[in-house]
Amino acid sequence: MYIPHTEVDREEMLEIIGVEHVEDLFTDVPPAHRFPKLNIPPALTEMEVVAELENISQTNQTAKELICFLGAGAYHHYIPAAVDSILRRGEFYTAYTPYQPEISQGTLQSIFDYQSLVTTLTGMEVSNASHYDGATAVAEAVNMAYANFRGKKTKVVVSPALHPQYRETIRTYNRGSVINIAGDEDDIDPLGSPDALLSEIDENTALVMVQYPDFFGRIYDFSKIVEATHQMGALFGISANPIALGLLTPPGDFGADIVTGEGQPLGLPLSFGGPYLGMFATRQKLVRKMAGRLAGETVDANGKRGYVLTLTAREQHIRREKATSNICTNQGLMALASTVYLSLLGKGGLRQVAELCYQKAHYAAQQINTQPDFEVLKEAPFFNEFVVRCPIPVDEINKILLEHGILGGYDLGQDYPSLTKHMLIAVTEMNSRQDIDLLVSTLAEVTND
Amino acid sequence: MTEPLLCELSVSGRRAVHFPEADVPLFELPESFVRHDLPLPELSEVDVIRHFTRLSQLNYCIDTGMYPLGSCTMKYNPRVNEETARMAGFAFAHPLQPPSSVQGSLELMYKLQEYLMEIGGFDGVSLQPAAGAHGELTGVLIILAYHTSRGDTKRNKILIPDSAHGTNPATSSMSGLQVVELKSDATGNIDLEALRAECDDTLVGLMFTNPNTLGLFDENVEDVVELVHDAGGLVYGDGANMNALLGIVRPGDLGFDVLHYNLHKTFSTPHGGGGPGSGPIGVAPHLVDFLPGPIIVITQEGDNENPTQYGFLQPAKSIGRVKSFNGHFAMMVRAYTYIRVYGPDGLRKIAEHAVLNANYLRMLLRDTYHLPYDRTCMHEFVLEGRWPDAPDIHALDISKRMMDYGLHPPTNYFPLIVHDALMIEPTETESKQSLDAFTDVMLKIAEEAHSNPELLHNAPHITPVGRLDEVKAAKELVLCCDVGAILADK
Repeated sequence: MYIPHTEVDREEMLEIIGVEHVEDLFTDVPPAHRFPKLNIPPALTEMEVVAELENISQTNQTAKELICFLGAGAYHHYIPAAVDSILRRGEFYTAYTPYQPEISQGTLQSIFDYQSLVTTLTGMEVSNASHYDGATAVAEAVNMAYANFRGKKTKVVVSPALHPQYRETIRTYNRGSVINIAGDEDDIDPLGSPDALLSEIDENTALVMVQYPDFFGRIYDFSKIVEATHQMGALFGISANPIALGLLTPPGDFGADIVTGEGQPLGLPLSFGGPYLGMFATRQKLVRKMAGRLAGETVDANGKRGYVLTLTAREQHIRREKATSNICTNQGLMALASTVYLSLLGKGGLRQVAELCYQKAHYAAQQINTQPDFEVLKEAPFFNEFVVRCPIPVDEINKILLEHGILGGYDLGQDYPSLTKHMLIAVTEMNSRQDIDLLVSTLAEVTND
Repeated sequence: MTEPLLCELSVSGRRAVHFPEADVPLFELPESFVRHDLPLPELSEVDVIRHFTRLSQLNYCIDTGMYPLGSCTMKYNPRVNEETARMAGFAFAHPLQPPSSVQGSLELMYKLQEYLMEIGGFDGVSLQPAAGAHGELTGVLIILAYHTSRGDTKRNKILIPDSAHGTNPATSSMSGLQVVELKSDATGNIDLEALRAECDDTLVGLMFTNPNTLGLFDENVEDVVELVHDAGGLVYGDGANMNALLGIVRPGDLGFDVLHYNLHKTFSTPHGGGGPGSGPIGVAPHLVDFLPGPIIVITQEGDNENPTQYGFLQPAKSIGRVKSFNGHFAMMVRAYTYIRVYGPDGLRKIAEHAVLNANYLRMLLRDTYHLPYDRTCMHEFVLEGRWPDAPDIHALDISKRMMDYGLHPPTNYFPLIVHDALMIEPTETESKQSLDAFTDVMLKIAEEAHSNPELLHNAPHITPVGRLDEVKAAKELVLCCDVGAILADK
């Protein structure tokens, strides 16, 4: 336990307070409910708790020992040792939100570095300090677009190829609100091109939201739909994979107004889903409509450069019910991890990871396509994920793959009724040619059985 | 020395990390999609480690000293939690793996749900919300879904006491509700008459921080809950102050319908300089079906030969996902570790010592600083940072001067109902010696405020930077450096 008091300390303190027992401090609590007996297991020593958790954790089979072809929004990438070495510095992880800038310059300057890297990577003008994850960043984009038009535009068009969990999160955030979310209805072909959304965009549209590469890994030219969106006076939002931006034209170059993203691929462990990192960047002219913390540069009384949280008047603790969002604690340490990751890789390293992902995925797709019962869907270029039509249900295939030490791809039938027997396969720099060949030969066996 | 920015440190041609060359044939991306300009900094590993190490040294943190921020519960972050959260079996688990392959993660989440239910006195827990404010939003959405499911659609008013947490009003308006502020009475409780006047059939509910941000446990808590329930409203508990209640009282037993827990406060998961947090919510029986999934359930009870099997569930009337994947799992591992190390008696000791520490400080400081609500407090208390005979001194000056003595200041200017508020929460992990040293500094500063106010106005004197020009920051709005231009100049 981490309570330092000795019996003597306690006695002295109680005497100063003027009560006999510590229980006497709780007389405001209704007596009938005071001091309940908690039915949880008795305390363990550190040695025992480590053993217990080793035990529990080892019942998981993970990407550590399995060959991982599962992505769908969370990716198994290599994390350089230096990333965690920095995260483990108590000066970073045991600090609070930097409300007192004079003694928080380390955190503040790191956020500023992060904002600079995100704007560069996305090709945008400003970035905030983070949202919770890729899904909530999109939900905040919807809020921001709605607020930007002062509630006069109530329609949000989302691509069916935007991550299904992101679309669900947007809908949860907007339960009971006037915002109408369209474009991804069940009767729409999820594998259609983004231009299929054109007919949905009208003068009531506040935001058009797509993903890049999309949920199926595909890369599209958005120029037509961006133009149509802007013609209607709406904002165009893109949820991007930051690793892909090491190779692909940044969204800022083709007219995005908001770029969000799941930052997990930038040096964050899979950790069964979190904590991850919601990236959020936009145009300078929209900065006051953006939610979340912002670090800004300034000087002290001696003219020395320093950083502070700025534009706080947008935030919950100042504006209260008029704030742009209720976000408070966000993903500080995860943003730091991504900043360290990007610093270590630099432009050469990020480009190399992105190219490796691209090339290995294309090799995997080519090899799988040689199998008579499997067909890779190839209606558009793709980055590091692709859709495979399978001869039998995906969960059955994955069961067999797992027996061979392979974590198979995502079962698209879970989210898209029309895509049963379709698997989404992700390939990263962690997959060797041997791994890919093993996947292909195991898939071949699946149908031979 | 000012630490340069990353791009200012960049030297063309440097690089810390290389990956093995491709072992597959090359495939070309169509030229029209290829990015041509990727102006990221170029650094060696030594550059990176030194840069971030030097930056880290500019931070105050729990590891260097007491962090008495009210309502933030900045307690010591145990090291073993960092180890368990990074165990390979947890850190390398993909969130979308088949449940059969991640039984360990699911078992841990299931048990943490059970522990949190027991600690709070609730019948269901969702571990999904990512932070306290996210838990609040989730809780309010659940309350609305509950009313709607009963066809009770005219309710649109939510009550928020003036002693509640700062995120509550923003949360409510995000959910489209009309916020009505409730006054506190002279003793710091909710004013029952004011509450009664608002309890009508448009009431969605009350967002109740108890103990409130004055650090006071509402003596009329049961009456408050009853009034709200009688009007058909539900009570949302802001669990940011749960550190005072562990093993002392369970909000569910008092009739709270929903409560969020801050794993990054009460259960010691590190604050990380601004996150990640984790804000699970607990609910009473009538709200269990509305929880956001995935919830972890037992799919098959174990026996002598087979272990218990766990799986995911989306509750029947769920409000839906509030984020992607399975919540902040690594924070759950830390909180689970923490609860296991303390056990039931230990958890009660946490609250007892948190409250003991706060009351001890309150007694040592109340003769020097005005204590507007002078009664036994819970885990925190609020002083005024001003004196009639030192008219130019404000809470901010006191706070900045504390930095010169190597301390982090308390929360300033909150709650709004106390002038120049200094909100002090020592937490249970501070020793008597640490509290005595803190008191000495506070008394010394009070003396300086009267004898040498300039010393406070110009403080801090010894920090890496002095008071920063916040007006300039907001006016000129430099939010990033032009990485491309800086690199091109080199």
